[in-house]
Amino acid sequence: MEKKQITPINYDNPVIDIKDLYKSFGDMHILRGVDLALFQGENLVVLGRSGTGKSVLIKIISGLLSKDSGKVIVLGEDMGNLSKRELTALRLRVGFSFQNSALYDSMTVRENLEFPLIRNKRYLSRAEIDYEVQEVLSAVGLMQAIDQMPSELSGGQRKRIGIARTLILKPEIMLYDEPTAGLDPITCTEINGLINEVQQQYKTSSIIITHDLTCAREVGDRIVMLLDGKFEQQGRFEDIFDKPKDPRVQAFYDYNFVD
Amino acid sequence: MFKKIENTLITLSKVHEFIMQFFRELLIPPYEFKEFVRQCYEIGVKSLPLISLTGFIIGIVFTNQSRPSLEDFGATSMLPSAIAIAIVRALAPLVTALIASGKVGSNIGAELGSMRVTEQIDAMEVSGINPFKYLVVTRVLACTLMIPVLSCYTGFVGLIGSGLNVYQHEQVSFISFFDQVFNTISFLDINQALVKAAIFGFTIGVVGCYQGYNSMKGTEGVGKAANAAVVLSMFLIFIEEQLVVMVVQSIRG
Repeated sequence: MEKKQITPINYDNPVIDIKDLYKSFGDMHILRGVDLALFQGENLVVLGRSGTGKSVLIKIISGLLSKDSGKVIVLGEDMGNLSKRELTALRLRVGFSFQNSALYDSMTVRENLEFPLIRNKRYLSRAEIDYEVQEVLSAVGLMQAIDQMPSELSGGQRKRIGIARTLILKPEIMLYDEPTAGLDPITCTEINGLINEVQQQYKTSSIIITHDLTCAREVGDRIVMLLDGKFEQQGRFEDIFDKPKDPRVQAFYDYNFVD
Repeated sequence: MFKKIENTLITLSKVHEFIMQFFRELLIPPYEFKEFVRQCYEIGVKSLPLISLTGFIIGIVFTNQSRPSLEDFGATSMLPSAIAIAIVRALAPLVTALIASGKVGSNIGAELGSMRVTEQIDAMEVSGINPFKYLVVTRVLACTLMIPVLSCYTGFVGLIGSGLNVYQHEQVSFISFFDQVFNTISFLDINQALVKAAIFGFTIGVVGCYQGYNSMKGTEGVGKAANAAVVLSMFLIFIEEQLVVMVVQSIRG
């Protein structure tokens, strides 16, 4: 099922602009001159095999990892020149949904959702916090899980709560790290639907890291393919996969189950 | 060989930076008061049953073991004084710290290690929350404050155990026992025990947090962090004990 484009994309306004980005770990050169732009309102899917540096890329965008060289501009701010305070302020505008959800084990779902809100918006009243929590929980369709512990949730539910915890700060950009990894096909489709709903309801621009072609086709407005530390292919899903010229792209397609 | 020395120096530099960051974050608001109180409860109140049992038994055993030596000199009347000095000056802070490094240190190492491995610490960071302030500062501060409090409690329970034993064997009343105890110990004894316990607490907190916060990826890393938190903090506690004794002896003159 291909994605129906509803949200307008502003191709004149890149919210993330990456130029000539390099990153190595010891002798392993992960990113070798990556150029990337994410436009306002766009869902950009980054495809690539495991270990190609997809997660490294979004961790650099969110400031969890530092770059070796290159320029990373996020919402007009150069990530290389930010003070700690400025980086914290920027992070509130960039949501990060982790591969394993990264829910706080010792807190209930409600406390997980309240935690970033209470710490970053200390002026909010109890009623306002409750309202925000209920709003994001109904957006991800898990109102009934409000008082459950993360250990009581299924993999798909944990993903949804992880996304809800990110959404509660109303980010302008969403970064999804392998949103469908480890989930059954039906839950994958639900998560893909949720990513599209988030794009439309919260007007976010998103980067979705995945190696799941079904996910890429269902959520991506544009696909980029990370091969050997560089983006070799980009365009719409069919532009890349209808008649792949690169044998590495063909191999990637062949090993995925796309109906 | 040089690689090992280099790695040790790098680790020492990282630990130094970790401790400096603790003091920087400790002074800068906002303060995580609620989490600090929760940690005090976790470290202090939840350690009470184990501390009570250990302190009480140590008081009884130490009194029993000391009696024959004093009997040889016909000096069993000195038993409360000898026990008081041993428990207040050395045993209470040391035993409390060793138990806490096993119970609290490993718990902190494993908890922060698993939070690191499951990206919960990264999740805090990207949500605009300072994980160092929330996780490390609160735990180290709670350890530094609660170990002296627990040491006082261990000393008290130990003296009760000892008093009970003396009452059974020498028919000395509790009032006489504690009268002799308080006549023997000085303010310097209590102060040095409290300072020592605070140093031990700080060590347990810093070692546990450092190991957990910097644990390597994977479940193996969590186990190693918990293990290293216990072994390293116990090792450091014995060294610190020796150093404090030397300083106090030089003060006594």
